[in-house]
Amino acid sequence: MVAVSASQLLAARDQMALSLGFHIVLSCFGVAFPTLIYIVHRRGLRGDSDALLLAKRWSKVAAVLFAVGAVSGTVLSFEMGLLWPGLMSRFGDVVGLPFALEGIAFFVEAIFIGIYLYGWNRLPPKVHLRTLVPMMAAGVVGTFCVVAVNAWMNSPSGFRLVTSADGTQRITDVQPLTAMFNNAVWTEFSHMFVAAYMVVGFVVAAVYAGGMLKGRRDRAHRLGFTVAFAVASVGALVQPLIGHIAGMRLAEHQPIKLAAMELATTTEHNAPLRIGGILIDGTVRAAIDIPGVSSLLARGWFNRPVPGLDQVPKADQPPANVVHNSFQIMVGIGTALVLFSLWFWWRRRRNRGTDRDLLTSRRFLRLALLAGPLAVVALESGWTTTEVGRQPWIVQGVLRVKDAVTPNGGIWISFTVTAIVYAGLATITYRVLRSMSRRWREHGEIDLPTPYGPPSTGGSNEVPNQREVPV
Amino acid sequence: MSLAALCAALMFFGVVAYAIFAGADFGSGVWDLLAGDAASGGARRRQIDRSIGPVWEANHVWLIYVLVFMWTALPRAFAAMITTLFVPWLFVGLGIVLRGSGFAFRKFAETLSQARFYGAAFAASSLITPFFLGMIAGAIASGRVELLDGRHPDLLTSWTGPTSWVGGVLAVLTCSFLAATFLAADSHRAGDRDMANYFGRRALVSGLLSGAVAMIAIAPIESDADTLAGGLQGKAAPFVAISAVAGLFALWRLRARRYARARVGAVIAVAAVVIGWGVAQYPDILVDHAEISDVAGARSTLYGLLIVFAIAAVTAVPAMAWLFLLVNRRDWADDAPRAPSAG
Repeated sequence: MVAVSASQLLAARDQMALSLGFHIVLSCFGVAFPTLIYIVHRRGLRGDSDALLLAKRWSKVAAVLFAVGAVSGTVLSFEMGLLWPGLMSRFGDVVGLPFALEGIAFFVEAIFIGIYLYGWNRLPPKVHLRTLVPMMAAGVVGTFCVVAVNAWMNSPSGFRLVTSADGTQRITDVQPLTAMFNNAVWTEFSHMFVAAYMVVGFVVAAVYAGGMLKGRRDRAHRLGFTVAFAVASVGALVQPLIGHIAGMRLAEHQPIKLAAMELATTTEHNAPLRIGGILIDGTVRAAIDIPGVSSLLARGWFNRPVPGLDQVPKADQPPANVVHNSFQIMVGIGTALVLFSLWFWWRRRRNRGTDRDLLTSRRFLRLALLAGPLAVVALESGWTTTEVGRQPWIVQGVLRVKDAVTPNGGIWISFTVTAIVYAGLATITYRVLRSMSRRWREHGEIDLPTPYGPPSTGGSNEVPNQREVPV
Repeated sequence: MSLAALCAALMFFGVVAYAIFAGADFGSGVWDLLAGDAASGGARRRQIDRSIGPVWEANHVWLIYVLVFMWTALPRAFAAMITTLFVPWLFVGLGIVLRGSGFAFRKFAETLSQARFYGAAFAASSLITPFFLGMIAGAIASGRVELLDGRHPDLLTSWTGPTSWVGGVLAVLTCSFLAATFLAADSHRAGDRDMANYFGRRALVSGLLSGAVAMIAIAPIESDADTLAGGLQGKAAPFVAISAVAGLFALWRLRARRYARARVGAVIAVAAVVIGWGVAQYPDILVDHAEISDVAGARSTLYGLLIVFAIAAVTAVPAMAWLFLLVNRRDWADDAPRAPSAG
């Protein structure tokens, strides 16, 4: 590859980070939202009209989110080549298999979202409900496949690098299944999959908490909140365990990433758990150290050594401050969400049979409103931890990011355009969803007619065409 | 046929599917752009919405399929293609984002002015995207993409040759032809004869234009793209002939207002011309610069791709068939049925 400037490389990394950071939130909805819809839709078919109303509204919200997710996901597949041709030309066939399988999952999801959205009042109710199942399955498979590629970048396997006499490297012995089922895949997949359910659960719950704070205390709001919060709670409780296993795995396979996460400058027995802290000129400042706990968490006992950053030359170390702090944000929020979930269910149980109700407590609702955005922050921080923690490698120990980036100039331009377009998309998505919710409240109608033309008669507010497309 | 060629063929199968199905969706956007002002175009835009609403996301995935198959089966060709044609790919990416989101936003727009804004984004990018995809095809077919091997590709001249312009214009015209035929058949099935005839007339015009441009294009392709021209006159000639016959059949049926039959002709015409392009440049993947076998990925991965394709054949394909069966049913062609209790 042709050498590229540092600024060029930064632009490419920024563009990838922005596109992924945007898409990761929408992809969570693609993975977990069908399950939430399934829960309320199934309840609705058993006679709960509020639940059926929620299912209908949520399916329309899904129509918007999935559309934006489909296009932002496509951008990523472009960017794999546009920004990182050095990765794709060398390793495209090594990691291509999970990508191809993900393609099938994407097909299935896109087909069934079409059938589900347009199936209201057209398909027999039970068949219609079941069209959500392939979407849920595609969410599992799709997450596994995409994360498999990322896990492979962290823990590459399934190929051999051979250096010939003239110094050029060649890739042989490609075993796509070994690459796909690499060491990191199961922990990374389960961590991300559960994160998706947490994000969607807490965000949807936050929407209804916000509504209840504004005094909308109808049963649909309470139901919407409880279903979403229940799903999120299960995720929140399981997640620390998965995270812990992932951390122990890191100690073996990516010790330098773990060192950066723990801000461990040197290899230590009895390594302390560092809370807060910043690395300045090689010394850790402003950290609260709890001796031995890092050793205990990562290695299973107090006196076992936790590797430090000094195991590799400075040029091979990730920016520890970013990794450490994003990791701490993720763990901090995750812990808070566990406590918050436990508190809710414990109080709910205690309140049973009394007239006390947590969903009328403004303090609780405010916290629930906050939990939605916090879950998204935790998602983004966790993703930052794993991506920045791999630096300077795009494929850990094998290929550097700077050797994979495109030789083309002008990435700052494409990055700027991407930033503007995505900022616009995020704003419009938010506004469209808000406007839909307001019109549902005002008109009590499910179908929102599209104003294709001006009002038909005398400028009244009448809907231009009474017979409208569904959804 | 070698294993690599088989995988390339499976990839190209995606190109053909994308050209037909997503092509019809793109073309619908073009007709949305030309549907007239809000007063006269409302009903037409509603028909476009009905026609492509349930299927556009599924049809769009063919592009992902093609990209993934290409970088997995032919990684170096993929890197060369996307790095050299960096600029048109950026436009395609931008177009896809604005198009999909614009379409989804319009459906839930609150006011007419918002609907027009989102609709304009959807419609304009429906024109831009196939145009640049056609330019990309023209660039590859005229031998302007070579393997990178450490050199800097020319970011401008690689995709602005005569064949690229031909490719871009033809892509837009054939997409419009396909779409108008589909829309005519859909409106006819929904019982709206006036609408069917409106799109039928446009199908006829865009079909004639596509044919005319294809004939005129022979000259620039002959002088600009030797290999392609040779292939089209040689081993791919049968496909060119099939395309011409099917196109004429479609025009003949359009005149008789037999839209369902015309649609079959239009699909065959477009599929045949795309297949003809593939056959004409075979065994090259990057015309004049790289054969499929030069850039093929590891054999184990190629076998894996065959298995992936088999999995797709038993999962995604039946699902897609069901979707198409549903949208072609009369009760799906019409407006939303309203269940009494549905609110």
